[in-house]
Amino acid sequence: MKTLADLAPGQVGTIAAIAGTDALTLRLMELGILEGEQVRVVGKAPLGDPIEIALRGSKLSLRRVEAARVKLDLPDSSP
Amino acid sequence: MDLASPDTTPPSLLTTELTVALIGNPNTGKSTLFSALSGIAARIGNYPGVTVEKKVGRYADDAGPVTLIDLPGTYSMAARSADEKVAIDVLLGRLPDVPSPDVLVVIVDATNLDRNLYLFTQIRELGKPTVLALNMWDRVEASGIQIDVQELSRRLGVPVVPCAASRRVGISELRRVIREVTTSSAPPCILGEVFEKQVDKLAGWIQEHCPHLPTDRFVLRRLILDVQGAIEREYCVQAGKDGDALEGAVARAREELAQHGLQVPLVETRLRYQWIRQQLDGIYEIKETGERTWSDRIDHVLTHRFWGFLAFLGVMFLVFQGITWGASWAMDWITDVAQPACVAAVESLLAPGMLRSLLTDGVIAGVGSVVVFLPQILVLFLFIAMLEDCGYMARAAFVMDKLMTKVGLSGKSFLPLMSSFACAVPGIMATRVIDDWRDRMVTILVAPLMSCSARLPVYVLLTYTFVPDRYLAGGWISLQGLVLFAMHLVGAAVAIPVAWALKRFVFPGQTSAFVMELPSYKLPSARVVASRVLERGQAFLTRAGTLIFCTSILVWAAGYFPGDHSRLYQLTAELEAVEQSDAGKDALEPWQRAIRQESGRLIRESVLGRTGQAIEPIVRPLGWDWRIGVGVLASFPAREVIIATLGTIYSLGGDVDEEDPGLRAAIRQATWPDGTPVYNLPVAFSIMVFFALCAQCAATLMVIRRETNSWRWPVFAFVYMTMLAYLGALVTYQVGMWWYR
Repeated sequence: MKTLADLAPGQVGTIAAIAGTDALTLRLMELGILEGEQVRVVGKAPLGDPIEIALRGSKLSLRRVEAARVKLDLPDSSP
Repeated sequence: MDLASPDTTPPSLLTTELTVALIGNPNTGKSTLFSALSGIAARIGNYPGVTVEKKVGRYADDAGPVTLIDLPGTYSMAARSADEKVAIDVLLGRLPDVPSPDVLVVIVDATNLDRNLYLFTQIRELGKPTVLALNMWDRVEASGIQIDVQELSRRLGVPVVPCAASRRVGISELRRVIREVTTSSAPPCILGEVFEKQVDKLAGWIQEHCPHLPTDRFVLRRLILDVQGAIEREYCVQAGKDGDALEGAVARAREELAQHGLQVPLVETRLRYQWIRQQLDGIYEIKETGERTWSDRIDHVLTHRFWGFLAFLGVMFLVFQGITWGASWAMDWITDVAQPACVAAVESLLAPGMLRSLLTDGVIAGVGSVVVFLPQILVLFLFIAMLEDCGYMARAAFVMDKLMTKVGLSGKSFLPLMSSFACAVPGIMATRVIDDWRDRMVTILVAPLMSCSARLPVYVLLTYTFVPDRYLAGGWISLQGLVLFAMHLVGAAVAIPVAWALKRFVFPGQTSAFVMELPSYKLPSARVVASRVLERGQAFLTRAGTLIFCTSILVWAAGYFPGDHSRLYQLTAELEAVEQSDAGKDALEPWQRAIRQESGRLIRESVLGRTGQAIEPIVRPLGWDWRIGVGVLASFPAREVIIATLGTIYSLGGDVDEEDPGLRAAIRQATWPDGTPVYNLPVAFSIMVFFALCAQCAATLMVIRRETNSWRWPVFAFVYMTMLAYLGALVTYQVGMWWYR
């Protein structure tokens, strides 16, 4: 299953699940990273990490390791 | 909830005085709303025992005075640390010196309502009269958003006031609603019956076993939800010998919830967001326009692989050139006009004696030479406040994160470290945005290495005295400005290996998380910037007026006693009489020489002089004489005190009179006993490097002590920084002299 870390800038996915039950997962969810939300990768930092994502009304920054916790359903293109 | 509780009565009927708490997510325009409601004059303090800033403002409406409490921006009431718990204590009216709020104003960003309402769902369960301020209303239409405000208000059960704080739209309506809002009782908890039963059960257990512990439902919910949170720790400590049993009871509650499919802590976010989606269904629509906004376009450049870094360096460079250009005229006015005028006024009123010496050499020389740097501090904070308010600071963290991870920190450490360029005290306090304890400790310990505004006086004095006033690149770049910029980089450059070493050897472990909101760019609000600049300027002056003033007096006393000054006063009185009689300059010479000799003898024999001479062998390898050594000793309370100390030493030494152009001239003229000048370029740089790296700041050390809650870390910071500073100054002087000859 693809994760948020696998997306290239401009790509869109729907959040299927967030791995983990620790403080980081809680923080991600408090910021609105929830099952069913549509998320778009806006861009990358100059050195490739962290990434910027757009989610409903807000823009968030997270590192690739953290983005890898967010499992995605991709639009039809995926087999 | 008890129906007779005073919370259920409209406060405006009982009293005309009202206390209002303002709470909301970061980047919702909370500071702007605060100053729009209460004006820019706010009282800034600290909550006892924690590092959270307490900001209180006041305003009056037709019904009477209103006290406005600004709570720190937060996404959630989940209290992981003692700092985060302060918000709960304030909202529940549990802090002795803070009045219990009668009305809560939750400010939300209308363009990002879902996430902002998360905090609201937690706040509403307090059962206090609550108002929802729907800020950024002016941007709603452009963002393709439609909100049915009336229906939203009906569904949420609270008044909703659309406003645009930056344009001061909706402020009077908000004030009116704050007066009129009432509530009947606490709404049912969103987490549902099963969860509430566990709260009842836990309340029963606590009443039976630890009856002294409070059992507000709001707090007990947090006790169950916040795993290893601040409330759990506090309750277990307060339960004393029953602490373990209490922990067991809480753990049982969580287990039973998990058996019902409600897994703590994630159940809270799931259920609250589910509720929010239900409430917003059909009345809050976001049309994804797909168009790139101008904020996106700016972002594309400022986070670009190449332009992003260039923009970042450009901004930093601009800030420090701006200080040189924007503040030097004001500084000159203070040294060349205001200060001599004060000295002349005192001298015309008082005959030579101890009081006159105290006033001119202690008070005016000491405080004056600190106040002179106020213009730079104001300019620096102007830049910092603008960068914060326009949204660039978060981008700087985003751009710098990867680099910061190389030394084991995160981009979140960037903002505290950047703030430390103005002052390590607020910078260290700003480290509370860093969730990870180890990241936070390392940031706290390297923050004092950032070149704060208290070093600026030292740099400015020595740079403007010894670096030629030349312009490079056709008059665009001031050489002195360039040196100032370079001095600011010294501490930051040293901080890199220090942070790496601390992370590697003192705080080893995994790297932390980095989840952060990137707010839209906006024009900085003049009011927010002005209030921040004023706050910091005031804080600096208060420090200059108390701590530095006291040190000036102490240093003056150490330089004045135990000598007998009667001969000096007699000589001074005679000199002034000769000056009055219009005699030529040559006629004054014998008295001036006698005065210099007499005051030189007095300072050498004073407490200060003897201490300085005793440590001269230690500072000699740095190129310093005993007077610089004394200046460093006396500047332990605050770095900028060295200016006051040198001023005092040289005036007491008779090198300065009201005709002199000031301290710069005095230090240029200072000589070793053999007549060679004490100060040259290598000595100037040696002093600057020492001050770039040392921990001569009592306030910083006190803040480290408070933030880490241990004396170990301020002592650690002082020792490692002083060692670095000595080594740095030693290398600078020795290498510098080799090159200078």
